Amino acid sequence: MAEYSAWQVLRNAVTGNTGWKPAWRKPEPKPQYDVVIIGGGGHGLSTAYYLAANHGLTNVAVCEKGWLGSGNIGRNTTIVRSNYLLEGNTPFYEHSMKLWENLSHELNYNVMFSQRGIINLCHTPAQMDDAARRGNAMQLMGADSRMVMPDELARRIPGLDLSANARFPVLGGLEQPRAGTARHDAVAWGYARGADRRGVDILENCEVTGFLRDGDRVTGVMTSRGEIRAKKVAVCVAGSTGAVMKLAGIDTLPIESHVLQAFVTEALKPMVDTVVTFGGGHLYLSQSDKGGLVFGGDIDGYNTYAQRGNLPIVEDVMSEAVALFPAAAKVRLLRSWGGIMDMSMDGSPIITTGPLPGMYLNCGWCYGGFKATPASGWCFAHTIAKNEPHPLNAAYSLDRFHRGYVIDEKGQGATPWKH
Amino acid sequence: MTSHRISTGGRIDRDKPVAFTFDGKRYSGFEGDTLASALLASGVRLFGRSFKYHRPRGLLAAGYEEPNALVTVTTDGAREPNIRATELEIHDGLVAESQNRFPSLAYDLMAVNGLAGKVFSAGFYYKTFMGPVIGPLKGTRFWMFCETFIRRAAGLGAAGTTPDPSRYERMNAFCDVLVVGSGPSGLEAARKAAADGKRVILCETAASFGGTANWSGKDGEMFADTVLSGLKSEPNVQLLNRTTVWGYYDGNTLAALERVTDHVGRPRAGKPRHRHWVIRAGHVVIATGALERGFVFPGNDRPGVMLADSAQRFACEYGALPGRRMVVFANNDSAYQAAARLRERGAEIVAIVDVRPTVGDWAQSLAAEAGAETIPAHAVTGTSGGKSLTGVTIRGFDAETGNLSGSKRRIACDTLLVSGGWSPVLHLASQAGAKPVWSDKLHAFLPPESDGAWEAVGSAAGEGIEPPEPVFEIAATGGKAFVDFQHDVTADDVRLAHREGFQSVEHLKRYTTLGMATDQGKTANVPGMAIMAAALGKPIPEVGTTRFRPPFTGASLGALAAERYGDLRPERLTPMHDQHVAAGANMYAAGLWFRPESYNRPGETVEEAYVREARNVRRNVGIVDVSTLGKIDIQGPDAGEFLNRVYTNNFGSLPVNKARYGLMLREDGFALDDGTTWRLSEDRFLMTTTTANAGRVMQHMEFYLECVWPDLRVNLTSVTDQWAGAAVSGPKSRDVLAACVKLTKVDNDTLPFMGIVHGKIAGAPVMICRLSFSGERAYEVYCGAHHGPHVWDALMNAGASHDIQPYGLEALGTLRIEKGHVTGAEIDGRTTARDLHLDWMLSKKKPFIGSAMMDREGLTDPRRWTLVGVISLSGEKLRGGSHIVDGPAEKPGRSLGHITAMCYSPLYGKYIGLALVENGVARIGTRGFATDPARSKTHIPVEFVNHVFYDPKGGRMHG
Amino acid sequence: MIITCPHCGPRDLAEFTYQGDATLSRPEPASTDQEAWNAYVYDRANPAGEHREYWQHAGGCRKFLVVTRNTLTHAISGVEFAPATGSSRRKRS
Repeated sequence: MAEYSAWQVLRNAVTGNTGWKPAWRKPEPKPQYDVVIIGGGGHGLSTAYYLAANHGLTNVAVCEKGWLGSGNIGRNTTIVRSNYLLEGNTPFYEHSMKLWENLSHELNYNVMFSQRGIINLCHTPAQMDDAARRGNAMQLMGADSRMVMPDELARRIPGLDLSANARFPVLGGLEQPRAGTARHDAVAWGYARGADRRGVDILENCEVTGFLRDGDRVTGVMTSRGEIRAKKVAVCVAGSTGAVMKLAGIDTLPIESHVLQAFVTEALKPMVDTVVTFGGGHLYLSQSDKGGLVFGGDIDGYNTYAQRGNLPIVEDVMSEAVALFPAAAKVRLLRSWGGIMDMSMDGSPIITTGPLPGMYLNCGWCYGGFKATPASGWCFAHTIAKNEPHPLNAAYSLDRFHRGYVIDEKGQGATPWKH
Repeated sequence: MTSHRISTGGRIDRDKPVAFTFDGKRYSGFEGDTLASALLASGVRLFGRSFKYHRPRGLLAAGYEEPNALVTVTTDGAREPNIRATELEIHDGLVAESQNRFPSLAYDLMAVNGLAGKVFSAGFYYKTFMGPVIGPLKGTRFWMFCETFIRRAAGLGAAGTTPDPSRYERMNAFCDVLVVGSGPSGLEAARKAAADGKRVILCETAASFGGTANWSGKDGEMFADTVLSGLKSEPNVQLLNRTTVWGYYDGNTLAALERVTDHVGRPRAGKPRHRHWVIRAGHVVIATGALERGFVFPGNDRPGVMLADSAQRFACEYGALPGRRMVVFANNDSAYQAAARLRERGAEIVAIVDVRPTVGDWAQSLAAEAGAETIPAHAVTGTSGGKSLTGVTIRGFDAETGNLSGSKRRIACDTLLVSGGWSPVLHLASQAGAKPVWSDKLHAFLPPESDGAWEAVGSAAGEGIEPPEPVFEIAATGGKAFVDFQHDVTADDVRLAHREGFQSVEHLKRYTTLGMATDQGKTANVPGMAIMAAALGKPIPEVGTTRFRPPFTGASLGALAAERYGDLRPERLTPMHDQHVAAGANMYAAGLWFRPESYNRPGETVEEAYVREARNVRRNVGIVDVSTLGKIDIQGPDAGEFLNRVYTNNFGSLPVNKARYGLMLREDGFALDDGTTWRLSEDRFLMTTTTANAGRVMQHMEFYLECVWPDLRVNLTSVTDQWAGAAVSGPKSRDVLAACVKLTKVDNDTLPFMGIVHGKIAGAPVMICRLSFSGERAYEVYCGAHHGPHVWDALMNAGASHDIQPYGLEALGTLRIEKGHVTGAEIDGRTTARDLHLDWMLSKKKPFIGSAMMDREGLTDPRRWTLVGVISLSGEKLRGGSHIVDGPAEKPGRSLGHITAMCYSPLYGKYIGLALVENGVARIGTRGFATDPARSKTHIPVEFVNHVFYDPKGGRMHG
Repeated sequence: MIITCPHCGPRDLAEFTYQGDATLSRPEPASTDQEAWNAYVYDRANPAGEHREYWQHAGGCRKFLVVTRNTLTHAISGVEFAPATGSSRRKRS
């Protein structure tokens, strides 16, 4: 019998909800593990889960410096999609999409993945062509896509400004119907619980302060809760990648840390039933189940490790939001927050063995890490277990930058703040 | 209903009645009333329904911390949801409605949720709604089915779809001292700073300055009035009421929202609805006061339970008595003052129930003043009444252990005033990066030591706060005990979170949604943390502190967009814009620019128009506006050397009065931009860039000049907007110029291919360069921007006898596709010079930007996509964005590339295109398919050909 | 954030555009040291703390500035003009 089900909810309601167990244990660190994963965010936890579930590796610890899920897994706009253009990306994200589609069952935890679709609005014929190109690429690589026209948009999103005299009139859009949103925190908690029930130790408030080394080889970590030896050490710390890798003597990486702000309004009755992106600027917006409009735009655009944004981006994002939804000008912003993005030099991630023996690296998610959570963990677990990348993440190597095999969706070159 | 209006006192104007409606019913109040005070004075107790259980709720508070009383106001069809009735100033004609109830506030069917008992406990949705693992509802279907109903039930007010007709404004302000809050401490700080000659801005979130002075005592009121009148006469002081400072950003930049005209309904002419203030302050004084908290006990949410200080505020500031027969429930002395004041304003204070075993003399004397029975060592354990309080039950209480004892005693009352301690409003300090510190004396978080950029004063700093007995929850049985009212988070929810391991303050918040409602937990966070701390057996600060982030209270999206609302981006128009419109052009948005797409004649489709225009260029002559091209004036003795380093090909050797086509790479070796650059004199060049990259190329070159090669004596000036440009193309182009250009000849000797001459057209100085994007004999004519329309008309007149026609972007694209010229569609940031067959431009004689990186493995891989031409073999129209495959529609195989541009070629009578195709050159002469499954569903057989369709030797443009 | 442009005085962040790490040194133009070029183009120290970085006062005097800013707090401790800071000929600090 599943631990979580409608039946269990009813049964516990009768007994005052006293029968629920902790979602994950709070164990003491063991002196040695087969694998230590640094970073108890979405990717670290999903890696732990798939190590146990797919590769039978359960003598695994996840070291999280603060509270579990305190990084970007809990600071994003919850969008799940696989609408990429390039061959290095689409199959990976489509694999992630397939994992998402069964994730609540797999974890016996409702991550509330709702396939309400994403529509990228287009405002010029050239944007329509670009959208078609991406939509075609998606279909040829096994993802779903379709073009939507303004009459359908008017029907589906009544508050959207479709007037011809808009500054950027809407000509149509590219939809990925299987895309959608999920409850971000639940993904972290679901993977944590799934990993925990398979024997993984999740160590909160366990900050890695250094690496144990045997020559070049990494043999474990020093932490705020003592030394932990490990056959393999996996680094999965997103915005903190630079700082953690410096502890291992890796002083430079093709990564910069930048802050991305996200915003939510006060709760409203349903007004947007899909994810919408604005092509006249940079804005992505959806409505949560609770009713808040959840949205974001560009990164602030300078190196930072501080989870605080600045005002010019707030103003930019709001002006784009009300350009799309003029009725929302009277809606109030409720909260804003900032997450630290590991912006890579080509806008695509890194999932690789190395760069030191005994070490594995997962980073460079820019601001697309949430949707990748399942596939990132799935591929990283494979890479750790087999000591080589899966074909799905083979292109996400660390040496691709120097060799010139960049995966540059935006065509911006080595300027991380523009990806 | 009977009136609860007190006949004198307060800041309302009893001579100015105001009529408004709430839920369709007419009410009246006075100028100076909030919706809350006016309704309260009219005897209304029920203001809203809670989020999850739809429980009836009344007013808990009198200000911005109010969790329950949210309403929607509709003005001119545009809805503003979720306004706190306690902040909404009434005005004639105000139409307000309650929210989140069906069919009415009094009878809400959704209240059935409350019967589900503990099913809807914290996080229950993570444990269910997953649906069957197999069958048609597997995957996400069952959840999405359930979710539809959840979404409908959730949400608060509705935003509607009618665009907001309001205007918004942004204001930049600078001051030496920004004082946030105009209570006694804020006023005193402002007075001092003004006396020191500082430039001061004082912001008050409420309509009236004075803060607590408006309701907590006569002396305070007089002090406030005196100071205020002093400040009003100071030239260096700016007073902003109805202005909430909501964000504290880096560099002491603060954001504030001024509600300029909400209190009068429709904005008056010239006034915005809201004003978004961006204030750069030398120093910030945080004088934001403190907020009272309640207690967590069963039935603590019943309408009629109100914070003691808020009740005092309603009575004293607005002359509205929250009830007639009141019981006070307190753990500190401040509530005794409130009781005395309310008694003075006409309420009967039946009893003061205090959790403390003994009460001090001062409190005793206030209780006597209030005429109340003091009941120490007791606590309220329950409330009775339906949608309005009728009584409370109390029991003996041990504040040390939290144990209840003795028998229940019921006290009849219509109002319960609660006072569970005070929380300083330190949100701005927290936003500034300060970590709050817990005070074991005040049982509250206080702002820490400041870094000097700001200071907290008054009760925001904990000054003058009555120390409470640390009692947060009365653990009695008998119903739900609420922590977060709006989100219906109960004490049991907090304990469930603890049981399931969600124990850090952030987990508590995220798992239970405590503090995530529109009031952001202003009265709920500390009690919630206290219950978690008790469950953990740890002191409160070890549970953690939530970091406060902007905004402090909600800020309208329209205000933050300010002038950009309704006017998102500037429109860039070329000097000849009116000519194009007059000639019937469809204008096409390209970035911020508007350019002619085609000049359709009556009855013509866009395709018919561009084919006609392009054909006319090949046969006769056409004219196209090229003013949008980026133009950079490059001057200085080292300009040639600089261009040698920037461009892949050689420019140092370019003779004066000659132009050359140039290509630049990024540092990583990929192509960046192309264009022609003209040498106007030994030390002066005019560079043109693509329209899209004008800004980027300028910045790119500025970087190298300033940061890498400052020894080069070169100056760059963007002159995109200074020059108007028109390209005159076609076999008769020379005849057109000959007919209108003065002061220079334009024959082949004077003006050969890539030559430059200076002359005049219709009296206006022009610069003419003979270069060709179309493949025909062609000239670009540049003149000062203001002469653009004049010169354009002169060229049109001169060309009339040669059948000149203007042509738009579509025809321009057609001509360049036929000629195989590349644009931004091919230089897309992922292509190399070799991919585009521009390797002939890569100088081997000199290093240039990108030369060191362009030969890397990944950039020279034979599998790279390279530029080819494609011809539709079936006669079907090729579609932009189509991919190239080699399999049939049913089984297309993997993508081998994509079409970058297509057109109907008047030359060939076929649809042709340019494409980037894997190993493209080797495919020339072979066939494949252009497939477009996402849009047109076409799957068209194509032949691969050389990318230059037309006149590969260039005889026509050189002739 | 407010950046004090040595030319224009204290100005809001919105007037500036970020141009990245200013500690990188571009190899000599004719250099064929591929490792050095790779490092220049792709590899970043990305420090948590003091960071020397380029900002262009694009909405003002268009000068390139080297700003020393703490990436943990955003506190700015120095602003200077950026002549030759990206050149291989400058002394490494």
